[in-house]
Amino acid sequence: MPLRSDIKKVMVLGSGPIVIGQAAEFDYAGTQACRALREEGLEVVLVNSNPATIMTDKAMADKVYIEPMTIEAVKEIIKKERPDSLLPNLGGQTGLNLAMELCEEGFLDEMGVKLLGANPTTIAKAEDRQMFKDTMEKIGEPVIASKVVHTVEDAVSFTEEIGLPVIIRPAYTLGGTGGGIAYTWEELREIAASGILHSRVDEILVEKCITGWKEVEYEVMRDGKGNAITICNMENVDPVGVHTGDSVVVAPSQTLCDKEYQMLRTSALNIITELGIEGGCNVQFALHPTSFEYAVIEVNPRVSRSSALASKATGYPIAKVTAKIAVGYGLDEIMNAVTGKTYACFEPTIDYIVAKFPRWPFDKFVYADNSLGTQMKATGEVMAIAPSFEQAMMKSVRGAEIKLDSLVMPRLQKLSDDEIKAKVAKTNDERLFVICEAFRRDIMTIEEVFEITKIDTWFLHGFMNIVNMEKELAACETLTEDIYLRAKKLGFLDKTIEQMSGKQIGSLKRLPVYKTVDTCAAEFDAETPYYYSTFDDETEVKQSDGRKKVLVLGSGPIRIGQGIEFDYCSVHSVWALKELGCETVIINNNPETVSTDFDTADRLYFEPLTPEDVEGVINAEKPDAAIVQFGGQTAINLAQHVEKLGVPILGTPAWSIDAAEDREKFDVILEKCGIPRPKGDTVMTEDEAVEVADRLGYPVLVRPSYVLGGQGMEIAFSEDDVREFMKVITRNKVENPVLVDKYMMGREIEVDAICDGDDILIPGIMEHFERAGVHSGDSISIYPSINIEQKHKDTIIKYTESLAKNLAVLGLVNIQFVLYNDEIYVIEVNPRSSRTVPYISKVTGVPMVDLATRCMFGEKLKDMGYGTGLYPESDYYAVKVPVFSFQKLRDLDTQLGPEMKSTGEVLGVSKSFKEALYKGLVGAGYKMQKKTGAVVLSVRPADKQEAVSIASRFEALGYELYATSGTANTFNRHMVATNMVYNASEPDKHPNILDMIQDGVVDYVVSTSAKGRHPERASVKIRRAAVEHSIPCLTAIDTANALLSCLESGMKIENCEMIDINTIR
Amino acid sequence: MKKAFLLLADGTLFEGTACGYEGKSIGEVVFNTGMAGYQEVLTDPSYYGQIVTMTYPLIGNYGINFEDYESHKSWVSGFIMREMCQYPSNWRCKNTLDDYLKSQKVVGLQGIDTRRLTRILRNSGVMNGIIYTEGYEPTEQDITEMKNYIVKDAVSTVTCEQPSICKAEGETKYHVALLDFGVKYNIERELQARGCEVTILPGNTNPDEIINGGYDGVMLTNGPGDPAENTQIIKNIKALVESNIPMFGICLGHQLMALAIGAKTKKMRFGHRGVNHPVKDLQIDRTYITSQNHGYAVVAESVNPEIATVRYVNLNDGSVEGLDYINHPVFTVQFHPEVCPGPQDTSFLFDRFLSNIENGGNK
Repeated sequence: MPLRSDIKKVMVLGSGPIVIGQAAEFDYAGTQACRALREEGLEVVLVNSNPATIMTDKAMADKVYIEPMTIEAVKEIIKKERPDSLLPNLGGQTGLNLAMELCEEGFLDEMGVKLLGANPTTIAKAEDRQMFKDTMEKIGEPVIASKVVHTVEDAVSFTEEIGLPVIIRPAYTLGGTGGGIAYTWEELREIAASGILHSRVDEILVEKCITGWKEVEYEVMRDGKGNAITICNMENVDPVGVHTGDSVVVAPSQTLCDKEYQMLRTSALNIITELGIEGGCNVQFALHPTSFEYAVIEVNPRVSRSSALASKATGYPIAKVTAKIAVGYGLDEIMNAVTGKTYACFEPTIDYIVAKFPRWPFDKFVYADNSLGTQMKATGEVMAIAPSFEQAMMKSVRGAEIKLDSLVMPRLQKLSDDEIKAKVAKTNDERLFVICEAFRRDIMTIEEVFEITKIDTWFLHGFMNIVNMEKELAACETLTEDIYLRAKKLGFLDKTIEQMSGKQIGSLKRLPVYKTVDTCAAEFDAETPYYYSTFDDETEVKQSDGRKKVLVLGSGPIRIGQGIEFDYCSVHSVWALKELGCETVIINNNPETVSTDFDTADRLYFEPLTPEDVEGVINAEKPDAAIVQFGGQTAINLAQHVEKLGVPILGTPAWSIDAAEDREKFDVILEKCGIPRPKGDTVMTEDEAVEVADRLGYPVLVRPSYVLGGQGMEIAFSEDDVREFMKVITRNKVENPVLVDKYMMGREIEVDAICDGDDILIPGIMEHFERAGVHSGDSISIYPSINIEQKHKDTIIKYTESLAKNLAVLGLVNIQFVLYNDEIYVIEVNPRSSRTVPYISKVTGVPMVDLATRCMFGEKLKDMGYGTGLYPESDYYAVKVPVFSFQKLRDLDTQLGPEMKSTGEVLGVSKSFKEALYKGLVGAGYKMQKKTGAVVLSVRPADKQEAVSIASRFEALGYELYATSGTANTFNRHMVATNMVYNASEPDKHPNILDMIQDGVVDYVVSTSAKGRHPERASVKIRRAAVEHSIPCLTAIDTANALLSCLESGMKIENCEMIDINTIR
Repeated sequence: MKKAFLLLADGTLFEGTACGYEGKSIGEVVFNTGMAGYQEVLTDPSYYGQIVTMTYPLIGNYGINFEDYESHKSWVSGFIMREMCQYPSNWRCKNTLDDYLKSQKVVGLQGIDTRRLTRILRNSGVMNGIIYTEGYEPTEQDITEMKNYIVKDAVSTVTCEQPSICKAEGETKYHVALLDFGVKYNIERELQARGCEVTILPGNTNPDEIINGGYDGVMLTNGPGDPAENTQIIKNIKALVESNIPMFGICLGHQLMALAIGAKTKKMRFGHRGVNHPVKDLQIDRTYITSQNHGYAVVAESVNPEIATVRYVNLNDGSVEGLDYINHPVFTVQFHPEVCPGPQDTSFLFDRFLSNIENGGNK
């Protein structure tokens, strides 16, 4: 079937802000889909509230709406744009749920909008627990004994029938929010209640626990003719019980024989056929480890994180093909772009093994519960390709940027044998390393570890092989070529080999060769240069074509503080380089991103971003230059190494990057420029830190240097705080000094600028809604600024120009200022791209990365058509609101502070500031309807005065106020009638603040405290309870003010103008 | 660890480590792209005379079990892997791959860059080679023999000597004569599962014996070698066609049938060996993923359109994948609907065969 003639204008729904369970993979999928649709000459209308994405770029769609992903907003856009069809299966669960609601309401029919790729029955059959079960039973596919219930009591009575343990899975949630395994009746009640609450339809599935079975996934694809194929299957190293997003996953399956492989494959195809899905789909199975018994766990009738992984693992562009199928094509009519000579209707076969390793946020959130279960906790992931399991594991672990180069986790070395043995039973982010430690000490056998963990012995043998090599290296008399090469083939870095053997590698040193990812195990010649390293003789790297060759270093896995924005910048830089006539080479290892799509750069190296791995690529490609300023801290950290290898860095030189991070060097520059900054000093130890803090006077800001996202940064109000934070920071080895600064609580201002060596261009000055102290990534940010006087703007421009020049910035620079007592201070300078570049580029229309890249090639800003100095302010306000994933991370304090906690962001755009703020808050998930009309407040002494005004504004809006004793007293003294409730620290006394939150009788919680972090503290308990019951919890007075101004305005999305961002500049 | 080598006819030498049986062996070097199913590959008689290299790098992960054999022994002339698993893990595993290769006297080679070998074969086409363990270095004579090697007398080597009978599962509905050119067990199993009693006959059985044997249909199986060398069998099949007995041909059976009606076969550059080959049914515009193992193909232009219709074609290279015979209750396919290894998407073809038996004509 060719392109359907009844489709001309397609609306594509994105997935909204990045949260745990729904990350950059949907930007990758959406971008691929938009391009595939436009290739067909279709008009594309895109809706996505996430401004950091590539899919919301001008070039990706004809109309781009960065508007809240809510039913009301999408309806307004449909009314305005009148698309003839809607593509719902590329925007994750968010896109799919929205499409379902629009369809169920009859709105799509009413507007004459066709749903492509899936129909509501299909989606319901896959997503609704009972319908899914019925459908599977109808076609004879086994499911696990389970029952759909809507109350805790029903959950209990069904569990009495099937016995504990059981798994609770809420319906219509992503990443399994609110679910879990219950081993006791108490846990059952608790998890069931939370699950019901998080489900969109108050529904949970109580399911027989099959923990320990093998977990295997299939990515399948079907077209309108009924052709159905498998793209790839994947096996989880962690058996059933750990969310697949938190599992180490390999592709293809390793321990399944052909009979098992085909049995599950046939089942997956039967399912996609019965559901009538047209496009990509993911089926998860549990396979009994000692029989042919299996059960279907879950079906995702859409592209997913796993499909992004499968695309990168095989080279098969699932999202692109899904989009083509949706508009009418058959699989046998779509070309396989990788081979250029075969069709999309075939099953990729690979001749390597792929390992995916999750990136968890526990390095930042040290108090968050790091156990792994059915609720996903990873913020990102890395993928590694290699000919052996061991090499793939080693590559993925070192690529995850968790300060590990091998499977040795230094902090486990301090533990006793008994502690290690006990830890093997704990399913958490450390387990794999604990297992290796147990093997290393010979205190457990493979069989013993299998008995406890149920991790297949095949994988355990792989870990054992790695540990045995460590031992062989440690024991070797001389490092022979044989040992060295075997170690390399198991994935050891040279520096690890030297360190473990205590011997120099010297002339033994070998650099890798590169093989091609071609979808077909070399059966056909591949067109696409998509490479991975091996230690073999033959390399497949193609000859260069003579254009200037530039290496772009990517940003690695998505983590708190280094998100999708940096992929946006890397991709734009690649595009700009292509425009400039360069041949582009990218290195990155994040399977969720656009940068690792096979047709983004001219050459793609799917490799970890470590010095040695980068050296291999440089040796193979011999680039003329490299760009590091777009790949976040990951790329920046490699700058000096790349330069040492003789590859010039384009743009800002490495010394300047160092100068901005190094306290003493930076102070010299500031002094030269005459720019003030908060006083501070560098320290290496706890005692030094206390001494400096005493000297500066409290509060002080404590943070490690050379990190992104304020990692480990805290405001210390006392010596105890300083000591606590220093202990956390120094938990891992300290290589760089810790900074202790005087903390100034003023207005924070942020600037991204481009410098060509002579002139600067500031596309916009951003102002933070929250006072300094809340990390810039967690603040509501406003462009254009509303509270900054012209004289201060002039100072900012002056300082920016002077800093950019003195730091020899060529390209982008990000500077943070604080306005304190009518004076501008510099807090931080980052001579690189930043989190705000994508959003400022979009709202100002200044293509920042493009201009920055051209500056590196000697072009001048004054010739580029955007002027110099401060770019004229836009007529539109853009308010960036952070989005958090607190529900996924138990025990994590939600109080905002100098360390970044948000995972994503949304943008509100409007001609009026208030409307932009309103859209931003709605997009970020704040509920604006009064339900119960109750607000609970508990604030620290310093905030009490300001909280009075907050309270009285809530009162004026008709809210009933409740507060803990101190807060209530203050309010009542100020004539704001407030009910007293007991604090969380007195759980036996009633009425208690926790009861109110748990009973769901509260609309908003306002909670600030001087001390936080530790999960045992009362204020943390209050905030966690609010998060777990999905009650908006405001942890900064300023954020509460923002919310109130929206509530007071009585605005509604229906009355807001929906703005196509392509028309505002 | 002992070394082992593969020497190709073009002089390329691969050095790796020995596994399986120690010795030397000459054969046609081919590659298989399936990621699982090595046990089935090793025991598929169609690989007779061939040294098989697996493109998937990790082989032997689930060991060898007693149920997944496709014939009573291994037929390959050598087996090449990137990495052979020493510690297999699977609940049915009874043996390691290494021990199985030893027991079957299959010379093994591991630890080589199998992708490089595959690329050589892809570019130059199937090539002869000699696989040998350290200490079994080939002589000048071996090398000459290797260069001149062709897979000969393939069917007569792999076919059964005596007829045997496989009972139907449950009630016997039909009697099927199976001409064994190198049959895979799963062809028998598929028929048995559908209520057929299967009489397995040597490949060169006289057609009259079959025509007069009271059979409801004839199954022409897969098998190794150059189809055109089986001149007597081709004549026999011609007689069977004329008798109008329903017939179903797979792989070599498909090629022999085509030769019987005057079409031609040709040797392909490197053949199709894997489990991911798309085959399009031109009649209903559907594409299936199939399991394949063949080095020869029927020449499309040589098929007389008045006798047979090309119904299935390979989506990638357009080669003939199946024929429907117009005036006879006969259809044949180049791919393997019995799979093992491979995707089960086309097992309905066995139902079609039975339907032809039941209703007469070509459904």
